[in-house]
Amino acid sequence: MQSMTAALEVGDVSFLGAESIDTESVKQEEKVDRDNRTTTGKQFVDNPRMTCRDVNVYYDDNHAINNVSIDVGRNEVLAMIGPSGCGKSTFLRCLNRMNDTVSSCRITGDIYLDSLDIYDKSVDVVPLRAQVGMVFQKPNPFPKSIYDNVAYGPRIHGLASTSAELDDVVESSLKKAGLWKEVCDRLDQSGTGLSGGQQQRLCIARTIAVRPEVILMDEPCSALDPIATATVEALIAELREQYTIVIVTHNMQQAARVSQRTAYFHLGDLIEVGSTDRVFTNPRHRLTEDYITGRFG
Amino acid sequence: MQLEKKESTMDKVNVGLAKRYRREKRFRRLGLGAIILSISFLCLLFTTIVANGWSAFYKTEVLLDIHFDAEQFDVDALSAADYDALVRTSLKNFFPDVQGRSDLRKLYQLVSTGAAFTLQDIVANDTSIIGSTRKIWLPADDEVDMFLKGYIPRDVPESDRRLTDKQVDWIDQLAAGDRLERKFNTTFFTAGDSKEPELAGIRGAVVGSMFTLIITLMLSFPIGVATAVYLEEFAPRNKWTDLIEVNINNLAAVPSIVFGLLGLAIFLNVFGMPRSAPLVGGLVLTLMTLPTIIIASRASLKSVPPSIREAALGVGASKMQAITHHILPLALPGMMTGTIIGMAQALGETAPLLMIGMVAFIVDVPGSVTDPSTVLPVQIYLWADSPERAFVEKTSAAIMVLLAFLITMNTCAVLLRKKFERRW
Repeated sequence: MQSMTAALEVGDVSFLGAESIDTESVKQEEKVDRDNRTTTGKQFVDNPRMTCRDVNVYYDDNHAINNVSIDVGRNEVLAMIGPSGCGKSTFLRCLNRMNDTVSSCRITGDIYLDSLDIYDKSVDVVPLRAQVGMVFQKPNPFPKSIYDNVAYGPRIHGLASTSAELDDVVESSLKKAGLWKEVCDRLDQSGTGLSGGQQQRLCIARTIAVRPEVILMDEPCSALDPIATATVEALIAELREQYTIVIVTHNMQQAARVSQRTAYFHLGDLIEVGSTDRVFTNPRHRLTEDYITGRFG
Repeated sequence: MQLEKKESTMDKVNVGLAKRYRREKRFRRLGLGAIILSISFLCLLFTTIVANGWSAFYKTEVLLDIHFDAEQFDVDALSAADYDALVRTSLKNFFPDVQGRSDLRKLYQLVSTGAAFTLQDIVANDTSIIGSTRKIWLPADDEVDMFLKGYIPRDVPESDRRLTDKQVDWIDQLAAGDRLERKFNTTFFTAGDSKEPELAGIRGAVVGSMFTLIITLMLSFPIGVATAVYLEEFAPRNKWTDLIEVNINNLAAVPSIVFGLLGLAIFLNVFGMPRSAPLVGGLVLTLMTLPTIIIASRASLKSVPPSIREAALGVGASKMQAITHHILPLALPGMMTGTIIGMAQALGETAPLLMIGMVAFIVDVPGSVTDPSTVLPVQIYLWADSPERAFVEKTSAAIMVLLAFLITMNTCAVLLRKKFERRW
C-alpha cells in the first residue's frame, strides 16, 4: 500500500510536469534509464472504470505480466502498445477473464470493474463478459447469418423479450457499427461471406449488442486493409462517447489516432503510461523512446 | 570477370534445376504408379467377385404339371398333405420310361426339396386349386442350376461330376421342352440361411447386421461424442487424462477378437445375455468402434478454430452454450464421418462375433435384437466353408451385397460431410 501511494505520487508529479513545463525544458529533462522497469507516467485517473493493481500473470513458470497497475478511465480509449510478446494482449485478456480458458494461466493482483472485484470467487464470468466485451484480432463471425451473429448475445442473455425488440437491438447495433447500410438487405446471409473489414465491424456490432460497459479490442485492424482500418478507427472514435475502450495495437500511428491515453508494455512490464500526445511527443522512458522512434519493435 | 562469374552461377543453377525437375518427375511417376497399382488390384478384386457372384442372382426353375389330387388333401390340415409326392408324381408322369428305385431317386433329385414348400404356399393361398392340374415353376436342385450355368462340365467322365449321365439326359429333355428357365433369384434376398444352396438367402444375415449396427450406433455415437466433448472441452490436462488418452488410442489398436473374448466372458457369462444375439454383437462392436469414434470426434473438435470459441465466450456465452451452439455444429460433420467409418468397420467385422456365437447356422430371419442371428461377414464365412459348388457363387454374391452396403455407407459419409461442412 505504501509503495502504491508512492507510485501514485510519482506518477502524478511526472504527469503534471509533462503538462506544465514547456517543451524546451522537457527535452532537457533526464529520461528514465532502460534498466529501470518501474512504471513511469500517470497510471491512475479519477473515477476510473477499471482499476488494476499489482497484476501478475504466469503461464506455468513463465512470468508473463509483472506487477502492472493501471486505471482505465470512463469514456476514454486506452491504447496498449509494445513489441511482440510484451504481454499487452495477455493483459487485455485479463480484463474480462478470457485467460480463464488457458488452464496453465495463473493471475494474482486485483482488477476491479467499477467496484466489482472481477477475480472474486463469487463473480460469474458470463455476466462479466457481457459487461466487458471483446473484439479479436482476426474477424471471427460465427458461421451463421449476419442477423444471428448480432442477435446471439442478446438471445443468450435474454436482453430482448420479443422478436421486434431483438430486431431493434440488431438494427441499432449494426447502425452503431456503421454496417447497417451495407447489410440491411441481406441480414439472412452468412456473416462469413462479408469482406474482412465488414466482418470486423460485424464482430464489433455483435459485441455492442449486449450493451457492454467496456470494449476490449485486441489488434482489431491487424487483418484489415487501410481503408477498412480507417472505417474501424472512425467507429472507435464514435464508440468512445458511450463506451470505455481498451485497444491493443501494433500500429503506433493508430494508437496516436484513436486513443487518449497510451500504455507502453515491454517484456511483461508496464513501462510508461500517459496521455497519448505526451507519450508520443515526449516519452519519458528510454525504452518507450526506443520503441516509438523505431529502434526496435 | 563479373559477367563470367554470373554466367557460371546461372549454369550451375541450371544444371541443378534439371536435376530437381527430374527428381520431381520421378516422384510424380512413383505416386501415379502406386495409384494405378492399387486401382488395378481393386478392379481385379471386384471383377473376380462379380464374375463369380453375378450368377447367384439367377436360379434355374423347372416347369412341372402338378396335379393337386383331391384325395391327398384334407381341407382342415393342408400342411399334412404330402407335397413331395405331388412333385414326384409329376416327374414320374413326365418321364414314364424311368423305372427302378435308384433311377427314380436320381430323377426326383432334379427338383429342389424346397419345391414342396412352394406348393404348400400355393395351396394355402388358394384352396380352389385342389383337384385341378396346373403348370407351376418350381426351384430346380442346385446341381441342375450349376450344370446349366456351366459350372459342371458335360464332357468329363460320369464319375468326375455330381450328375449322372442319365440325369444330364433328363435335364436335356426338360430343356428341349422349354421346361427349364433361368429366373431372377428372389429367394436369395428373401430367405434365411439353408443347407440347400438353392434355398439359402441373405436376408437373415442382412437383418442381423442391421440390428447389430443399430445397437452399435445407438450406443457408440452418444457415448463416443460425449467422451470426446468431455475430454476435449472440460477435462483438466493432467496425468490421468493423458493416461486415458493413451489407453483410448491403444484400444483402437486392440485386435478385435479380444473384444469378442471380453463379450463372451462379460456379457454372456457374467450378465447371462442370450448367445448369438444381435444385442450382444452390438455391445461388442460398440466397444470396438468407440475408440475410432472418440478419436475422430476429438480431432474434429480440435479442428474447430479457437476463434469461434473465443467469439462465443467473448459475448458472454457459458462454456456449455459455446459448445452446443457453436462448436458441436461445426464439429458434427467430422464426427459423423468418423462414426460412419466406424460403423463400416463394425459391419465388416467377423472375429469378435464368432466368439459370442453369431457363427451359428440360423435359418430364421431374426425378428428382434435378442433373437439368434448371424451377420453378413459371418454368413460369407459360413458359405465359403460349405462344400457345395453352388455356395461358391453365393459367397461372392454375399460379398457383393456387403460391399454395396459399405460403399453406400461411405458415400453417405462423404455426402454428409459435403452437406454440413461450413466455411469460416
